Amino acid sequence: MLRQVLGRTLGFVGYTIQYGCIAHCAFEYIGEFVCSGPSMEPTIVSHDIILSERLSRHLCKIQKGDIVIAKSPFDPKMNICKRVIGLEGDKVCTSAQSDALKTHTYVPKGHVWLEGDNLRSSTDSRSYGPIPYALIRGRVCLKLWPPHRFGTLSESPTRWITETQSGSESD
Amino acid sequence: MAQQVTAGRRYLRAFVSGFFVAVPVTVTVLDRVACVARVEGASMQPFLNPEGGSGCDVVLLNRWTVRNYQVQRGDVVSIMSPRNPQQKIIKRVIGLEGDFIRTLGYKNRYLRVPDGHVWIEGDHRGHSLDSNSFGPVSVGLLHGRASHIIWPPNRWQRIKPFLPPNRGPLETEEEEG
Repeated sequence: MLRQVLGRTLGFVGYTIQYGCIAHCAFEYIGEFVCSGPSMEPTIVSHDIILSERLSRHLCKIQKGDIVIAKSPFDPKMNICKRVIGLEGDKVCTSAQSDALKTHTYVPKGHVWLEGDNLRSSTDSRSYGPIPYALIRGRVCLKLWPPHRFGTLSESPTRWITETQSGSESD
Repeated sequence: MAQQVTAGRRYLRAFVSGFFVAVPVTVTVLDRVACVARVEGASMQPFLNPEGGSGCDVVLLNRWTVRNYQVQRGDVVSIMSPRNPQQKIIKRVIGLEGDFIRTLGYKNRYLRVPDGHVWIEGDHRGHSLDSNSFGPVSVGLLHGRASHIIWPPNRWQRIKPFLPPNRGPLETEEEEG
């Protein structure tokens, strides 16, 4: 009787560990579900559930224009969701769109330049500078929820779109 | 004949199920609990790789204690290099967030470590690519804390937190904090 209970408990613990480990591997190496904030507003609205895949980060295949999930450099427990504007060695514009005087900087080695699509309410590389590539957790590839917005993300970076918008609104 | 086929199938099934248990469990343990790593380079001499060149030390990296990104001053930690994302570097933590640090050859002579960052340095002054060249690093890059030297066996020991003399946060700030 006791042996039966013990055996059943051990079996249960074993299965828990096994599936826990499989879940960890899946979330760590394949993809995970995340919920985004307001900083990517036109592309991803707050409380959308998105799927981010980890493979292209592990294979170093992150490209310009990809939307990525990264750890915040000032609080590693917080995640940020931004668009990659520049990779290492790229020249990026650091000033606000409305500024007459444009300032440029080069992204250092091993770093990326991240900016939100919603330039007004996004704290990104414009305030804290380029962030190390190793802080990137994954690339966002699919919007899952709500169902009417299901699908892939818009390809074109909105940088030039916001540029024209801010030009018309600057009166 | 039929018995052979069933035996082969049973063997295959056992192999597949063992594979699906062993690989995820191993990967998870290496990711969450601990892993071993070989130390290359001279940046932590004389503490690690004291002979230099001939043999590499092997250290046990404890990944469980850094799951909440908690480190102490003096800990030896491995960190994803901010310059090269595929490389990991092993250094000593000199200052935590909010500490005032006297730098050695960085662009500012005195510096406050920003929130969520640490100041790391190699023990081998001048032969180490550390915070003195790339500035404070984000805690999110933390990979593990070196807890034991496991190879060579004659130097088997637990690694205790140790700050090099006259390095560390400036005293006045510590009293205030």
